[in-house]
Amino acid sequence: MSSLVLLAAAETASSRLLVMRPVDYVIVAIYFAVVLAIGFYLKKFTNTGEDFFMAGRKMTAWIAGLSFISANLSSLETMGWSAMAYQYGMLGAHAYLISGALPILFLAVVMMPFYYICKTHSVPGYLSLRYGQGAASIAGVTFAILTVAVSGASMFAMAKILNLLLGWNMDVSIWVASLTVAIYVTLGGLVSAVFNEVLQFFLIWFGSLLIPILGLINAGGWTNMMAKIQENVKVIHPTVPGADFTSLWRNLGTFDNPMGIDWFGMVFGLGFAVGFAYWCTDFLQVQRVIVAKDLRAAQNGTIIGAVLKMCVPLIVTIPGLLGLAVLLNADGSPMVLVAENDVRANITHRTFNDVLPLLMGKYLSPGLLGLGITAMIAGFMSGMAGNISAFATVWTYDVYRPLIRRGASDHHYLTMGRWASLLGVLISIGTAYALFLFSNILEYLQVLIFFFIVPLFAVVLLGMLWKRCTPAAGFWAFLLGILLSISMWSYVHTFPDGYRPQPKIVLGPKTVVSIEKGTGAAAEKMSRVVVESGSIEATNVPFALGDGRASKTVENLIIKDHELSLPALVKGKGDTLLAVRVIAPEVTLVGAKEPVKFGEDGLALVLKPGVQVKGTEICQHFNPSQFNPDHAKVIARSEKAKPMAVNMYSGIWTFVFSVLVAVVVSLVTRPKPDKELANLVMGLTPRPDEGPCPWYQRPMLWAGLVFAVLVAINIIFW
Amino acid sequence: MDTEHQVPIWFFVGGTLSVYGVIIFGAGLYALVDPSQDANIAMRYLHADIWWGGFMALVGAFYTHRFFPWRKTDKHD
Repeated sequence: MSSLVLLAAAETASSRLLVMRPVDYVIVAIYFAVVLAIGFYLKKFTNTGEDFFMAGRKMTAWIAGLSFISANLSSLETMGWSAMAYQYGMLGAHAYLISGALPILFLAVVMMPFYYICKTHSVPGYLSLRYGQGAASIAGVTFAILTVAVSGASMFAMAKILNLLLGWNMDVSIWVASLTVAIYVTLGGLVSAVFNEVLQFFLIWFGSLLIPILGLINAGGWTNMMAKIQENVKVIHPTVPGADFTSLWRNLGTFDNPMGIDWFGMVFGLGFAVGFAYWCTDFLQVQRVIVAKDLRAAQNGTIIGAVLKMCVPLIVTIPGLLGLAVLLNADGSPMVLVAENDVRANITHRTFNDVLPLLMGKYLSPGLLGLGITAMIAGFMSGMAGNISAFATVWTYDVYRPLIRRGASDHHYLTMGRWASLLGVLISIGTAYALFLFSNILEYLQVLIFFFIVPLFAVVLLGMLWKRCTPAAGFWAFLLGILLSISMWSYVHTFPDGYRPQPKIVLGPKTVVSIEKGTGAAAEKMSRVVVESGSIEATNVPFALGDGRASKTVENLIIKDHELSLPALVKGKGDTLLAVRVIAPEVTLVGAKEPVKFGEDGLALVLKPGVQVKGTEICQHFNPSQFNPDHAKVIARSEKAKPMAVNMYSGIWTFVFSVLVAVVVSLVTRPKPDKELANLVMGLTPRPDEGPCPWYQRPMLWAGLVFAVLVAINIIFW
Repeated sequence: MDTEHQVPIWFFVGGTLSVYGVIIFGAGLYALVDPSQDANIAMRYLHADIWWGGFMALVGAFYTHRFFPWRKTDKHD
């Protein structure tokens, strides 16, 4: 890499990814004005607890369905799964098919009648009716905590993304978005959240759909895009040589695919355990459809959600695939995006998460870009509003009312709901700021929801389908399932022999360097970096101390008399050699004025006299962002299993374990009498007569059609 | 909840899409006059802002008209 290329790379990486014009700001401002206006307008319609928490139970199928999908279509989702498609290819679409549309259909056909007929206000509310207060309290408290924590994490991510993409101040992003959500949810409750989610649904689609349309035209159509992908991934993803990025199922016979998962893990892990658990028991989602005006509308609304879910890959998976095909460097070579933990991330290379913003910058002109940014903000806010309205309901009805103050008036609970909404936003803001200080908490938050939701699904499903399942079984299966899930997660992140992060050297700001390059075929590659002056911070790199000893821990050592050479490779566990990762976020080349940045693995360093050195040794026995491959193999059946596969297999084992516990405990404890299970369990839940129904409104007909389309999509893209 | 007198959500959707459509359509026309506005945009010869903005405005106008709150019609909210 020449100095000139280095300079260019530095300039590209430091500039903002997206530049907004005045018209774009006008579009964003209008959005905020409209959502606030809706909140103020709807306040007069929320006079009772039923209005505030359940939107009066008057939602039509279309509103319920659009809100159901919109609450889930956050920007973390769209950006995250676009990045997944860039990383995993077509396999990323499974999140919307076998793990999206299929569980939603199951919710509509099998579970919705129980939720709806028992007139519960929440999923913990169903547990309370079916199993008693024990399981419901665990679910209520856990869900309340998780909801605001996830909401805060989402807010932190939003502020960080807007800062990286547009240079917006993170404090302003957090407070403006949060207070807007706080105002419209506190004023109008669920109905306000749902109204805004419907509006946000349209904005997200209009703001996002143009990218795949223009991208596919640019790529020369679907077939050409796929051909380019298979060609480009050899350069973009060299660590998975020969992997098929263009199919849904063909490459799942073994673990040798971009996701490192086999068909069993995909079907029973991502599909059944995680997908069904998320869509059938996450109250944030379920709340959107149980407030429909009748059971038929609730079921049809859910089926509409399934159809829309199948369409989401158009604005998520295709942009990720387009990133592999149409994002090119100035010389026409494929642009390589890297993982966040890659040495080059945000230094010389953009990351996987940037794929969608890069395409926005490529295709969206002024005005359209404002709409795209609005779609992104709308996505964040709809997700947050969903979390806050769900938090207010669960807190008020499942924690405050049964555990703190029973028998108060409806007006009291309505007031509590409004305060809970406001409090939820404030706790979310607190969580977001906590993440500024302890960003590794994000690693925990992202998986917390899975600890809880898979055992919850096992318990709710058994509760609906098996009347012999006892209250004690529900409680213990739920609690022990959570504990097993946490145990497995801890196990795969535990390193009995110690985890030593890759040896790393970070060059300090204002450090002056000269770069030596290879010869022959490696003429463009850096071979050695000479640090002329400045400072370095090293981790797990041994320093020769001059008396024959070597130490990885040195405190503010200043190189004297002779230059010190640091090797490109250092000895690791056993006979392995580890490449030293050298990161230079902002250094100056000798004789140059402009700063440059680079990052490379396996680079030798020479430290000239006067250079200041700080060295530390890190050895961890637990690291939430690293998987112990020996332990991961126990969970996911293969040493080739990647993190996604490990998480999916953990979901499978948690579900199986929870069911087994529930069955065993049920056999030795006393079930509830049938009369207490009316409207809660299969066989004891008569379907209400909702009058005559024209054929085109029958849920089973549409569920069957949607299922057929789902099967067809899987066959077409096999 | 009194939904009889509630402005349908579809009216809000229609109004917002109409305003956005007109703004984006206008920005597209302006870019015709001043091409520097979208000089770095790929596929700009397709003038996506003009037809996408126009399409949004049409969809918005349909919803606004169809669900205009003071129009005597069936309830669709």
